[in-house]
Amino acid sequence: MKKLLILFTLFFFGSKTLFAQKYFTKNGNISFFSKTNMENIKADNNQVTSVLNVPTGELQFSVLIKSFHFEKALMEEHFNENYLESDKYPKSFFKGNIVDISKINFTKDGNYPVSVNGDLTIHGVTNKVTATGNISIKAGAITATSKFIVVLADYKVSIPKLVAANISKTIEITVNCLYNQKM
Amino acid sequence: MLKKITILLPFCCLCITSLSMAQKGDTTDLMSQLEKQTDQNTTNYSIATFKTTRLVNGHTVENVGKGVMDVKISHRFGTLNRGGYELFGLDNATMRMGIDYGITSYLMVGIGRSTYQKTFDAFFKIKLLRQSTGKVNMPVTVSYVPTIALRTLDWEDPNRKNYFSSRISYSHQLIIGRKFSEGTSLQLMPTFIHRNLAEVTGSPNNTWALGIGGRQKLSKRISFNVEYYYQFSGYKIPGTTNSLSAGFDIETGGHVFQLHFTNSRGMTEKTFIGETTGKWQDGDVLFGFNISRVFNIGKKH
Repeated sequence: MKKLLILFTLFFFGSKTLFAQKYFTKNGNISFFSKTNMENIKADNNQVTSVLNVPTGELQFSVLIKSFHFEKALMEEHFNENYLESDKYPKSFFKGNIVDISKINFTKDGNYPVSVNGDLTIHGVTNKVTATGNISIKAGAITATSKFIVVLADYKVSIPKLVAANISKTIEITVNCLYNQKM
Repeated sequence: MLKKITILLPFCCLCITSLSMAQKGDTTDLMSQLEKQTDQNTTNYSIATFKTTRLVNGHTVENVGKGVMDVKISHRFGTLNRGGYELFGLDNATMRMGIDYGITSYLMVGIGRSTYQKTFDAFFKIKLLRQSTGKVNMPVTVSYVPTIALRTLDWEDPNRKNYFSSRISYSHQLIIGRKFSEGTSLQLMPTFIHRNLAEVTGSPNNTWALGIGGRQKLSKRISFNVEYYYQFSGYKIPGTTNSLSAGFDIETGGHVFQLHFTNSRGMTEKTFIGETTGKWQDGDVLFGFNISRVFNIGKKH
């Protein structure tokens, strides 16, 4: 009977690790970059929440707009007040899937190029998007990176003519998340 | 045997729970849990309660950012009731040139020079409380603005013994503001002014006043502002009126243009709160504008 108990205990802990396949982070990084002849604008957000569900390939992001920080205080204010309207739309979301999750061997170190598709919500507008990225496994730690382009007009972010020369119509978004927690 | 089963049962339950947790669909559950935690642990500060650091003549609860220099040029023309001969006051102008600078995000300093009474002024603005929701709940933003003004006009009576200290006046102002919605913000400004020299015999050295002001956004970049300062009786220079101003803020990237009508000629607290003589009902109203241009001279981080 004692053996049985040990077996069950092992199974219980075993199942814990075996099924600990939802990885998440609350301090992922997303930055964006707007490049024009007039000026370059960059903002960083280090408080990105993301969940990666390994068995299902689901990938989700939740991003607080006010957590994007700029070099210039006024840019940050205008970004929140005029462009992203963060009082009305405080968060940005992504809900999607890693298409080729089955190709990734999570127990082996390496870099795996992946393709992700899903719904991206910015400024209250949701669009279907596809992006390529990279999953790297190093000593059991999962890092996801991606770089993709967002067209402001697709998300009804309007730039007035007066500053049209300063803000690019397409924004490059960089994602870099280390999934440092699991359950 | 029964005892053993009782021991094993919780383990089995736990195993089943662990198993079910790996099911599809709970990604969203975990996400909403995490979001809830984040919402509880994040303080969401109100931003852009007003477009700039001035409402019309007086201060708003806003500060300039850290390392930001704000150059302000303000004009007040003559009164409208001068008529067409003086093009409704445009032939006359007084101005204030000033520079504000953000030392930190909650402390700014400023200096200025007004042609009106040849006055130099300097101030601090310290943000004491910030309106926020989330982890820290604060209904209002509170700022404290102490100012000092130095009047450098020639002495009215040079033969009298005049003291340098007589040129100086002070004001202390508490600004309590709240952004009620994206478009509507209001603030109260209890103010105390002290003049070292009471310029007219029988006039008080101290003035107590309560200001009220607000803005309503008309579009993303244009707002309508009103500012009124009530002087408490017994603490007011005889013959003066309360300052009442209304105007528009027009924001264009790094500039804010403020166009307004006011019955005050001065642009320092001591003059517009305590020495306004214009009466709106008599057309003693001046057109004026403030232009603000910000420059980033320090690193924000």
